[in-house]
Amino acid sequence: MKIGFYPGCSLKGSSREYNESVIAIAKALDIELIEIKDWNCCGATAAHSMNEELSLSLPARILALAEAQGLKEVVVPCAACYNRLMVTQHELKDDTKREKVTDIIQMPYSGELKIINVLQMLESYAMDKIQEKVTKPFAHKVACYYGCLLVRPHKILQFDRVEDPQSMDSMIKLIGGTPVDWAFKTECCGAGFSVSRTDLVVRLSGNILQDAADRNAEAVIVACPMCQSNLDMRRGAINETLSKPIDIPVLFITQAIGLSLGISPKELGLERHFVTVKM
Amino acid sequence: MSKIGVFICHCGENISATVDCERVAQELAKVEGVECAIDYKYMCSDPGQTIIKDAIREHHLDGVVVGACSPRMHEPTFRRACAEAGLNPYLCEIANLREHCSWVHEKGDATTNKAIDLVKMLVEKVKRNKPLESIKVPITKKALVIGGGIAGIQASLDIANAGHQVILVEKDPSIGGHMSQLSETFPTLDCSQCILTPRMVEVAQHPNITLYTYAELESLEGFIGNFTAKIRLKAKSVDYKKCTGCGACMQKCPQKKIPSEFNAGLGTRTAIYVPFPQAVPNKPVIDREHCNYYKRGKCKLCETACPTGAIEWDKEDEILTEQVGAIVVTTGFNVKGTDFFPEYGYGKYKDVITGLQFERLASASGPTFGEIRRPSDGTIPKKIVFIACAGSRDPAKGIPYCSKICCMYTAKHAMLYQHKVHDGESTVFYMDIRAGGKNYEEFVRRAIEEDHVNYVRGRVARVYEKDGKLIVKGVDTLLSGEQVEIEADMVVLATAGVANCGAEVLAQKMHISYDPYHFFAEAHPKLKPVETNTAGIFLAGACQAPKDIPETVGMASGAAVKVAGLFSNNELVREPLIAVVNRMPPPVFSTCVGCFMCQTACPYNAIEREEIKGRDGKVIKTVAKVNPGLCQGCGTCVAFCRSKSIDIQGYSNEQVFAEVMSLLNQ
Ligand SMILES: Cc1cc2nc3c(=O)[nH]c(=O)nc-3n(C[C@H](O)[C@H](O)[C@H](O)COP(=O)(O)OP(=O)(O)OC[C@H]3O[C@@H](n4cnc5c(N)ncnc54)[C@H](O)[C@@H]3O)c2cc1C
Ligand code: SF4
Ligand code: SF4
Repeated sequence: MKIGFYPGCSLKGSSREYNESVIAIAKALDIELIEIKDWNCCGATAAHSMNEELSLSLPARILALAEAQGLKEVVVPCAACYNRLMVTQHELKDDTKREKVTDIIQMPYSGELKIINVLQMLESYAMDKIQEKVTKPFAHKVACYYGCLLVRPHKILQFDRVEDPQSMDSMIKLIGGTPVDWAFKTECCGAGFSVSRTDLVVRLSGNILQDAADRNAEAVIVACPMCQSNLDMRRGAINETLSKPIDIPVLFITQAIGLSLGISPKELGLERHFVTVKM
Repeated sequence: MSKIGVFICHCGENISATVDCERVAQELAKVEGVECAIDYKYMCSDPGQTIIKDAIREHHLDGVVVGACSPRMHEPTFRRACAEAGLNPYLCEIANLREHCSWVHEKGDATTNKAIDLVKMLVEKVKRNKPLESIKVPITKKALVIGGGIAGIQASLDIANAGHQVILVEKDPSIGGHMSQLSETFPTLDCSQCILTPRMVEVAQHPNITLYTYAELESLEGFIGNFTAKIRLKAKSVDYKKCTGCGACMQKCPQKKIPSEFNAGLGTRTAIYVPFPQAVPNKPVIDREHCNYYKRGKCKLCETACPTGAIEWDKEDEILTEQVGAIVVTTGFNVKGTDFFPEYGYGKYKDVITGLQFERLASASGPTFGEIRRPSDGTIPKKIVFIACAGSRDPAKGIPYCSKICCMYTAKHAMLYQHKVHDGESTVFYMDIRAGGKNYEEFVRRAIEEDHVNYVRGRVARVYEKDGKLIVKGVDTLLSGEQVEIEADMVVLATAGVANCGAEVLAQKMHISYDPYHFFAEAHPKLKPVETNTAGIFLAGACQAPKDIPETVGMASGAAVKVAGLFSNNELVREPLIAVVNRMPPPVFSTCVGCFMCQTACPYNAIEREEIKGRDGKVIKTVAKVNPGLCQGCGTCVAFCRSKSIDIQGYSNEQVFAEVMSLLNQ
């Protein structure tokens, strides 16, 4: 199984462990990832709030490069990148916008590339393999956290069950874990204000962690580098606002699966987290 | 050689202000075949009609064209005038000089010339008109009412009281519909059952009404005045002739945990059951899906308990055939339930309930005897939140329409709650309040001002459980623009009113149309609200769209009048302007090739198959035949027929062609 791969900036920088774990489990599940050559930043967080043409042109260039490379399908692990690429593809169905943008990037663009996130990749190509290869069941109670970038806007992203998504939950069940029934699955962690208004991030992410803790989750599972860094890296600031500190670790879904497949914690980048992972 | 009379009406100044009527008459007099052409100020008036009648007699006219207003307005008037003078009424045509000419153009020669053209066209058409006889169809004076909610009950009683036979078919074991589930009803807060149950009894006892409960329409054939309905009487497993309704069987039934449909799942019932104590008929049926005997072959405790030996284990469904002349469809609606609201936790949290469930909690005959108690632990909720528009007016949920009744019943619920729990606190989240109706706005104001219900304008994003409380996260868009969080003990969703499941199957059985949401479609949204596009089938109540009781009852009486009007004649007289497949006897001949494209095209199922037999009785070919009772004269078949074998009488290809040619040949 060969599939295109767009890591995006965060997987190369702040969320290297996501990159490492994606690559590790892809290998274990016989999925060959072909990185898009000469890719650029998709412009998430900043571009779409500043300049529409720029916010469409950056992702459009990535999509056009992938097409030129003959790829039919691309997996985008970062939820923010995934969101931007999907929204761009949707917006460029409009002929006038497409003409403008192809003129800017000076590359042909057909819009036929299939863009998927990690959950969709695993769901489509690896569920049987995962079940087959689980050697160390991930027997933990966890809170599956989807956040907003993966699931909204529903009209464009068409993520599984609006308001109460299920795909990550069923993946966790598959590897022997128990997803808890909680209320913050798709609540916002404040990612857009990660740098400018940390106080907001602390409040919003704090609420999410509190509910996960109230339901006795042993870990929060995510599929987005923003969510991960807000819930993990900002834990110190969050804990300062709480009466009782929360020490629940935050894992990428790829790390949880990797552990169940018997891949070493180091290979999955688990030691890179701020909140220690002992699973 | 034809003798056509042309009569140009001034319509006061309506036509003559822009059209030179005199010149139109003069020009028409010159047209070949026109015997006389007269203009007059008001052709539809008594003297005007006399002019026409006299001319017909004097000139022995064989065709009449009136240049006047829309045929919708005065076609019957002028046709009647012709008939009185001895001319077949279908040899009279109207050129619309008002809507099609004087009203839409400026005064001037061009306008007058157009008027001349319009009349000329019809002169050419009328030359080719054939005398037609109106069609007479016999009528079976018996009505079928499908669905025994308040709409079906009202329609049945009205038709029966007009002296006609009615068959009422209800799919559940009792009539009453949703109204029987309601506690008190807006805007007067009178007890629903108190006003409904006397009517239910009246239906059961009425000499003109035959009631079939636990029954459904199997199939429907025929046409207005002459329908054949097959009705499936589902096996009740209890012989109603023997059963006295004592209830001994129900007490003995060991299957006690079945969620009660009547209590909207909040209470339980047994496998042999009467849906509610005031049910009509007040006799049980066995629900075979849950009965121990039907499931596992053992039990029969009800049979042992029954003092009259009424249980019939081997009873099978029966199919009954009934001839009826008209049908009233009153199958009602439902409310959206489980799984539709993951964000509100319906189906996940026991204390998030639907409005219908709240009705049962508030009802004296309900599972809590009218006390508002939480389904989870039976405590009295001190804080309650009502969420309006749960699903309704939300294109993302696939229900863009307003469910209409929820604003009112939510106000009612909050009010009932405040009346019953004096120290309770109720909040209504709403988008806007739609309380259009007599005394409705006042009712909502009363909830807000006298009963101190807290109305917050804004949508609720999410409901979740925390420490035994339901956290309702919403926004107050009116006062503060801020997010609000309420810790509630119970949440009531005003869920969207939706069509009954299976509504579209029923519609297909009856050949009536339905809208994208599977509500049945009326023939005209304003002027034919209780008719369907199929003659003889009428609608009433919430099967057409969510409706409150006053509207439902009004519509039911409206449909009943339509039925009674139809039944006031022995024969149905219909306009002969319908499709016919050409036939030329003998030898029996038709250009129809029997492809039956017309049959697939006809929206009214009016095309039948007819075998043409030779002298030896052998079938030579099968051709199409139009059922005059069903055909509405829409002409769809004409457009589809490749061999040009179908024509609409009075609008044949030849006639329309002649009209067009008259324009080209000048
Ligand atoms: C929570 C709630 C509160 C309400 N409160 C009020 C109020 O206070 N005041 C007010 O004016 N209105 C109120 N209403 C509206 C009221 O319920 C309706 O106006 C009324 O029930 C409509 O009557 P109906 O006969 O058209 O339909 P229904 O009551 O739905 O009756 C339809 C009947 O047809 C039967 N049926 C369905 N399909 C078939 C079939 N295929 N064959 C045979 N039978 C069939 C059903 O079993 C049912 O008996 C409320 C509604 C709700 C949901
Ligand atoms: S057979 Fe048994 S279970 Fe069924 S209704 Fe009778 S008593 Fe109840
Ligand atoms: S009338 Fe025309 S369309 Fe209809 S069956 Fe005959 S040939 Fe076919």
